[in-house]
Amino acid sequence: AAELKAAASAFKLDEPTTPEKDVTNYNNFYEFGTGKADPAANSADFKPTPWTIKVEGMVSKPREFGLEDLLAMPLEERTYRMRCVEAWSMVIPWIGFPLASLLDKVEPLGSAKYVAFETVVRPEQMPGQSGYFQPLPWPYVEGLRLDEARHPLTILSVGLYGRTLPNQNGAPVRLVVPWKYGFKGIKSIVKITLTDKQPPTTWNLSAANEYGFYANVNPAVDHPRWSQATENRIGEGGFFGGSRRDTLPFNGYGEEVASLYAGMDLAANF
Amino acid sequence: MIALPALPRKYHGASVWALYALGFVPAISGFYLGATGQLPGNAIKEFEHLLGIWALRFLIATLCITPIRDLFGINWIRYRRALGLLAFWYVAMHFSTYMILDKYLDFPQIVADIAKRPFITIGMAGFVMLIPLALTSNNWSIRRLGPRWNRLHKLVYVIAAAGALHFAMSVKVVGPEQMIYIAVVTALLVWRLFRPRFNQWRRGTAGRPGMGRAA
Repeated sequence: AAELKAAASAFKLDEPTTPEKDVTNYNNFYEFGTGKADPAANSADFKPTPWTIKVEGMVSKPREFGLEDLLAMPLEERTYRMRCVEAWSMVIPWIGFPLASLLDKVEPLGSAKYVAFETVVRPEQMPGQSGYFQPLPWPYVEGLRLDEARHPLTILSVGLYGRTLPNQNGAPVRLVVPWKYGFKGIKSIVKITLTDKQPPTTWNLSAANEYGFYANVNPAVDHPRWSQATENRIGEGGFFGGSRRDTLPFNGYGEEVASLYAGMDLAANF
Repeated sequence: MIALPALPRKYHGASVWALYALGFVPAISGFYLGATGQLPGNAIKEFEHLLGIWALRFLIATLCITPIRDLFGINWIRYRRALGLLAFWYVAMHFSTYMILDKYLDFPQIVADIAKRPFITIGMAGFVMLIPLALTSNNWSIRRLGPRWNRLHKLVYVIAAAGALHFAMSVKVVGPEQMIYIAVVTALLVWRLFRPRFNQWRRGTAGRPGMGRAA
C-alpha cells in the first residue's frame, strides 16, 4: 500500500479509530478464505494494478474508468463506523470520493432505479475462488437503490489510514456505505451496472432469511442466529476493554439517511 | 497390530495428571493472549471459539478410546475420564465466556438466545447433558450406580452429535472444517453400532479372550 494524499473532511467521529493492525488483519473477504486472518495471509499475490471499472447499463455515457481516473477524483479522508452483520464493529479512516460523483460522469438515465456492483474473479490470485470448496458463488455481487448510491455518505474507497487499500481490504477500490452492514461494502470492484430491477446480492442468494437486500444496521431486527442489539468494538484492549456497546439505528447515521426509508417496514425489508 | 512401547504401570497415574495439565494449555494460553490484548481482532469471540473447538476435540478424543482398543488392541481407558472431564470443563468455559465476556451477564438476552436460536439451544442442551456425566465421573459413582452408570454415560453420544451440530450451525457457510468434525463424530457413533458384531467376529477368528466391558 503506497502513500495516498487526501483532503480532510467534515466526516469525523469523536470515537477512537480502530488500530490499523486490526483493520487490516481481521477481515471478511471470502475470495481469500473464510477465516478472519485469511485475507491478510492469502492476498499477497493479488495484483490490484492495473485496474479498470466498467460502468454501464442504463446510462447515457457508458465508459471504463482506470485506477488513475479514480485516484484523480477529489479524494477526502472520512472516518466512518463500520458495523459487521456478525455483531462487531470498527472505526475506520477511509480515503475516497462520493459514488455520486462517479455516477454523474456516466449520466444515469431517468429509468435507472438501482446500481449493481461486481467483484473481480481471479481464481489464480484469489485462493477462495478455487479448489473443491467454494463458500459462495462468484463473482460476489451487491446492489443499492439509486438514491442510496447517490447519497452523500456513500463513497468508493481507494485507501485507508493514509495509504492505498491493502489487498485484504478490497484493493484497489471498494464500496463503503456506513449505515449498512459491512457485507454491502463490495470489494475489488470491476463492474457497476445501472438497472431498473433490484439486482441480486450474494449473501441474500446464499441465505435469504439471514441477509436482506437493504441490510441497514438495525438493533431492533435480529439476525436469526444472533441479536443485533449490541456490538463488539474491535481493538479496545482485549477482554476487559469494555468493548460491548449498543448498536445504533442506521449505525448512528439515522439523521442523514432515515428519510430514504420513510414509510417502509424495515423489519420486512431487512 | 501396532506395537507401542508400553508405559510402565508406575507412570500410569502421573500420565493421567500430565494429560490434565496439557489439556488446559490451550485455554490458559488463549486466556493470557486475550486478556493482554494479543489476540487479533475480536478477542472475546476468538477465545470463545477456541474453547468451543477444544471442547469438541476432547469429546472426540473421549469417543476414540473404545475404537482404538477394538481395532488396535491399545488400551487407553485410563485416560478416558480425564478426556471427558476436559471436554466438560472446556464446554463450561465456552459457555462462561459467552455469558460473562461476550454478553456481560445480560440474562434476558442470554435466555432469549438459548430459547430462540436453534444452534444455541442445541449447544446448551449438550452442556446440560454433560453435567450429570461430569458429576458421576468418579469411582464412587461407578460403584454406586453399577450398570446404570454405563447407561447414563451413553449420553455422550448425543452430546458429541449436539456439539458437532452446534459448531456447523453457528457458521455462515458450512465449510471443510465443519464437515470434517461432523464426519469424524458420525464415524465414531456408527462404530458403536458395528462393534458388537466386529468384536464377535474377531473373537471367533482369533480365538481371543473377551475384550472387556462395553463402552
